[in-house]
Amino acid sequence: MLLRHTPKEVKERTALTINPAKTCQPIGAMYAALGIHGCLPHSHGSQGCYAYHRSTLTRHYKEPVMAATSSFTEGASVFGGQANLLQAINNIFSVYEPEVIAVHTTCLSETIGDDIPQIIAKARDEGKIPPGRHVIHANTPSYVGSHVTGFANMVKGMVDYLAKSNGHKENRVNLIPGYVEPCDMEEIKRLAGELGVPHIMFPDTSNVLNAPQTGRYHMFPPGGVTVEELALAGSSVGTVALGRMASGPAARALDTKCKVPCEILDLPIGLKATDAFIDTLRQIAGVTVPDSINIERGRLVDVITDMHQYFFGRKVALAGDPDQLISLTQFLVDLDMWPIHIVTGTPGKKFETRIKEITKDVPHPVNVRATGDMFLLHQWLKSEPVDLLMGNTYLKYIARDEDIPLVRFGFPILDRVGHSYFPTVGYRGGLRLLEKILDAILDRQDRDAPEESFELVM
Amino acid sequence: MATVNAEELGAPVIDINAEEVKKELLSKYPTKVARKRAKQIVVNEVAPDGAVPEIAVNVRTIPGIISQRGCTYAGCKGVVLGPTRDIVNITHGPIGCGFYSWLTRRNQTKPPGPEAHNFMTYCFSTDMQDEQIIFGGEKKLRQAIQEAYDLFHPKAIGLFATCPVGLIGDDVHAVAREMKEKLGDCNVFAFSCEGYKGVSQSAGHHIANNGIFTHVVGLDDTVKEGEFKINMLGEYNIGGDAFEIERLFDDIGVTLISTFSGNSSYEYFANSHTADLNLIMCHRSINYVAEMMETKFGIPWIKVNFIGAGATAKSLRKIAGYFENKELSALVEEVIAREMPAVEKVREEVKANCEGKRAMLFVGGSRAHHYQELFQEIGMETIAAGYEFAHRDDYEGRRVLPSIKVDADSRNIEELHVEPDPERYRPRLAPEGIERLAKAGIELSGYEGMMAEMASGSLIIDDISQFETEKLIEIYRPDIICAGIKEKYAIQKSGVPMKQLHSYDSGGPYAGFKGAINFYREIDRMVNSKVWKYLKAPWQEHPELAAKYVWE
Ligand code: SF4
Ligand code: SF4
Repeated sequence: MLLRHTPKEVKERTALTINPAKTCQPIGAMYAALGIHGCLPHSHGSQGCYAYHRSTLTRHYKEPVMAATSSFTEGASVFGGQANLLQAINNIFSVYEPEVIAVHTTCLSETIGDDIPQIIAKARDEGKIPPGRHVIHANTPSYVGSHVTGFANMVKGMVDYLAKSNGHKENRVNLIPGYVEPCDMEEIKRLAGELGVPHIMFPDTSNVLNAPQTGRYHMFPPGGVTVEELALAGSSVGTVALGRMASGPAARALDTKCKVPCEILDLPIGLKATDAFIDTLRQIAGVTVPDSINIERGRLVDVITDMHQYFFGRKVALAGDPDQLISLTQFLVDLDMWPIHIVTGTPGKKFETRIKEITKDVPHPVNVRATGDMFLLHQWLKSEPVDLLMGNTYLKYIARDEDIPLVRFGFPILDRVGHSYFPTVGYRGGLRLLEKILDAILDRQDRDAPEESFELVM
Repeated sequence: MATVNAEELGAPVIDINAEEVKKELLSKYPTKVARKRAKQIVVNEVAPDGAVPEIAVNVRTIPGIISQRGCTYAGCKGVVLGPTRDIVNITHGPIGCGFYSWLTRRNQTKPPGPEAHNFMTYCFSTDMQDEQIIFGGEKKLRQAIQEAYDLFHPKAIGLFATCPVGLIGDDVHAVAREMKEKLGDCNVFAFSCEGYKGVSQSAGHHIANNGIFTHVVGLDDTVKEGEFKINMLGEYNIGGDAFEIERLFDDIGVTLISTFSGNSSYEYFANSHTADLNLIMCHRSINYVAEMMETKFGIPWIKVNFIGAGATAKSLRKIAGYFENKELSALVEEVIAREMPAVEKVREEVKANCEGKRAMLFVGGSRAHHYQELFQEIGMETIAAGYEFAHRDDYEGRRVLPSIKVDADSRNIEELHVEPDPERYRPRLAPEGIERLAKAGIELSGYEGMMAEMASGSLIIDDISQFETEKLIEIYRPDIICAGIKEKYAIQKSGVPMKQLHSYDSGGPYAGFKGAINFYREIDRMVNSKVWKYLKAPWQEHPELAAKYVWE
C-alpha cells in the first residue's frame, strides 16, 4: 500500500496538516501574472520559493515558466529586501526586457514587512524602470489563504496598477476567468465571441502556457492581456467575474476604482453554471443567444439523457479549489450523482455553507471541510467508500490503494496531458467532463464484469 | 547576431572561439553583473599536471538574473532527507515548501514488507497561519509532533524550518529536544534550513549532513555479518539507480550497511559507522558525512561513479582493490565480464547513430561531471558544462581545498567540530595499508573534479542563467542539453532535445550496467527523434502558390 499508514478512524488534528489540498499564495500570483502579455513574474523573497513555483507550474503545463527572484540571503532577511529588489528590477529590464514586471511577495518578505510600493517608487525615481514599462505588485503572504488567494491578489494588482477610467463607458465587457486553465480562458472568450459580445479578458494565459512548438523559443509568447487592454478595462461597461474567490476581489476593486459594475458568478463548469454565464452576458449586452450555442447546450443535455443510468446514484469524493468544487459539485448533483466527501485546503466559511446548500437533496450524508486535507478525505472514504474520485494528481495514491477510478481535475496535474488543451468550462467543457467520468466508470465496469455479463453495447 | 553560429558556418565546434562566446554571453549584462559572471564563466585549460583555471562558484545568485538554483530547505529536506522512507519529516512553515517537495523528485524506495514504515508518500506540514507568524509557532509545532507520533509511532521525526521560522525566532531545536524527551521512544531532531541561508541548496546539504551525523549516525553498534561492509553516500535512488547498484553489490558479495539516503532507512543510518569503507557518489551533497565519519570512527572514503559502464567497472574494481581480497577481485571481474557483452552490443548500435554529436550539461553538484562519461561511451562530446550549486573542489578537484576562501555566506553554515570517538574510533587502515593502496592506484579521500576531465577549450559555466542558456543554444545548436525541469521546455521549444538529469524525466535507472544501456537508448531516442522534423508545416516549407482553385 502506498498510503499504508492512513487509519480509517478519524482523530481530529489541530496542528498537523497531512497531504494538503492546497499550496501557497505566490504560485497563484505567478500563474496570474503569466496571463499578462510580456510580463515577467518576480518573486520577492529567497530563491527557493520561485524555484518551487516555476517547477510545479512547469510540471503541470509542460511549458516554459519564466520568473525572476530577489534571491534573499541572510543579510536581506535582516535588513530588508529593498536593495535586492532595486537591483533585480534594473537587471530584469536590462537583460530580459519585459513590458511588465509583476512582483509578488513570499512569506519571508511579508514577515520582514518590505514595503513594495515604496520600493517600486524608488526604482522609478532612480530611473530603473524604462519609459513605457511597468512594475506592478501584489502582497501574497503564504500564511494566509492559499494559491487561490494569491491568484486573486495578483489579478486585483492588475486592476490597482493598470486599469484606468477614461471618463466614458464603452460597449464592452470585462471577463475575469478565474483560476482556470489556458484552454478554459480561450473557451470563455470563444463563447463571448459567439454571443457577439466585445470583451477584454484578464488574466489570459492562453497561448502563453499552451503555446505551440515552432522551433523558436520566445520568453514572452504571443498570448496574454496587454497593458493597453488592462487600461481600457477601466472604461468597459461592466465586468463578469467567474469564481467568487479567484475573481471577486479584482472585480470589486475595478468597481471601486473605475466605477465599472460587476456580476460575480460561479465558474461556468457544468450545465447550470454555464447557463448562468451565458444568460448574464446576454442580458448585459442585450444580445440574442445564437443557435450555435443552443446546439452546444443541447448536445450536453442529450448526453446526460442518454447516459443517465451510469451517473445516477454514484458516489463521488472530491478534492480541489473552492470555485471549482462549487460548480463541479452542482454539476454532479445535476447528473444525479452523489458527491459525498468534499475537501478543499483553502480556508473560508462560505465554502462549506455553499456545498451544504448544493447537496441538501443528496440522499446520503455529505462530508465537507474547508480546511481539510487529502489525509482526511482518505479516512472518510475508507469508512464510506465511493465509486469515483475527482481531483489533482496526488489523489492517484488513494485511487490505487482503494482501487477507485480517478478523474483528474484541478491543480496540479503532473502525470497526464490534456488539461491545458481541452477546456472543462462551457457546454463543450461539460461534455468533456462527462466523457471523462463515463470513461472512468465504464472502464471499471468492463474490468470488473463477470464474463457472462460483459457488455458490448453500453 | 552571433558572429559564430556553428550551423551556418558548418564549422566543427572546435573552431568556435570559446573566449568570443564568453564575451557574447556577457555582452548584454549591466557592468556589475558582467564583472561577476565573468568569473563564473571559464574557458577550460588543463595543464599537464591536471591543474585547471580557477572559477568563482558557490557565490550569491544575482537578483533578477534568472538562475535555476533552489534553496537550503530544498537541499536539506528535499535532496538529502527526502529519499529515506521511515522518518516522518515535518515541514515547519506555511504550506508551500512542504507541498512542493512532496514526491516530486522521483526518489524510489522499497520497504522490506507491507508493514514496514514508509512515509515518503506523505507530506507533513504545520501549515503556519498568520497567528503563528505573529505569536510564534512553537506551540503548533509541538502539537504537530504529538499528532504525528500518536498517528504513526515512527522511530524518528525530522523538523525542517522554512524561511519565516528563523525570522520569528522559533527555536526548532529546543522543541525537538523537548519532544524527544517527552515521547521517549522516538528520536526527534531539527534542521535550521531556512531558505535564505547560504547561496543555494548546497547549504542545505551541509545542514542535513550535520544533523544526521549528530543525531543518528552511531546510535546502533550492532555489527552485522559480512566480510566487506560499505556505505554508499550521495545516492538518492532517482529512477531506481540505487536498486541497480544494490544488485551489483549483492553479486560481488559486499554488504551494504547504509545508503545516504536513497532506498534507505533511519536504522541503516544509525548503524552506518560499523562499515569499513564509505563510497561517495555525489561528492557535493554528502562529502561532509564521509569526512566526519572518518574523523570520528576511522572509516576511509573513496570517490566512486556508477554512471557509465566503464565508470561502474572501474568503481567496482576500486572497491575490490581497497579490500585487497583476491576472491572479491575475482568476483568483480566475473560480474563485469558477465554484464559487459550486453552493454557493448547496445553501445555499438547506439554509437553508430550518435557519434560526433554534442552535448551540454548544466546540472547539480556531480551529475554534470558523471554523465559526460556516458556520453563519451556513445561517441558524444561535451562542449560546455557547469553545476548549479557546486563548490570549487567539484570543479577543480580537492587539490584546491586549502585555497578556498570561506565567505560570509558559507561561514553562516555550521562546521561541526568532530573528534575521534574515545571508544569507537578504529582506523580501518594502517599507514602501510594506505601506502600500499596508493601504489595500487587507489586514492583515498580524493576527487579530481570535473574540469580536469574536460577538453581544453570547452566552456565551464557555473550557475548558468536563462539568458546564457539561450545564447549558447543560438551559438552552438547543441544536439542535446541536460539540465533540470525549469529549463526543459524553453530548450525544447528552441528545437533542441532536453534531458532532465535531476529527475531523469520519466526514465532510469541510469546507474550501473543496466543503467548505461537505458541511457544509451534514451539519448539515441532523443537526439534522433523524428519529431524535430515536424516543426514546419508543408506550407511553411514551400509557401509559394501556384494558382487559385485549380485542380490538376
Ligand atoms: S510557503 Fe513561503 S517559503 Fe514556502 S514556497 Fe511558499 S512562499 Fe516560499
Ligand atoms: S548532483 Fe544532482 S542528484 Fe546529486 S545531489 Fe546533486 S542535484 Fe542531487
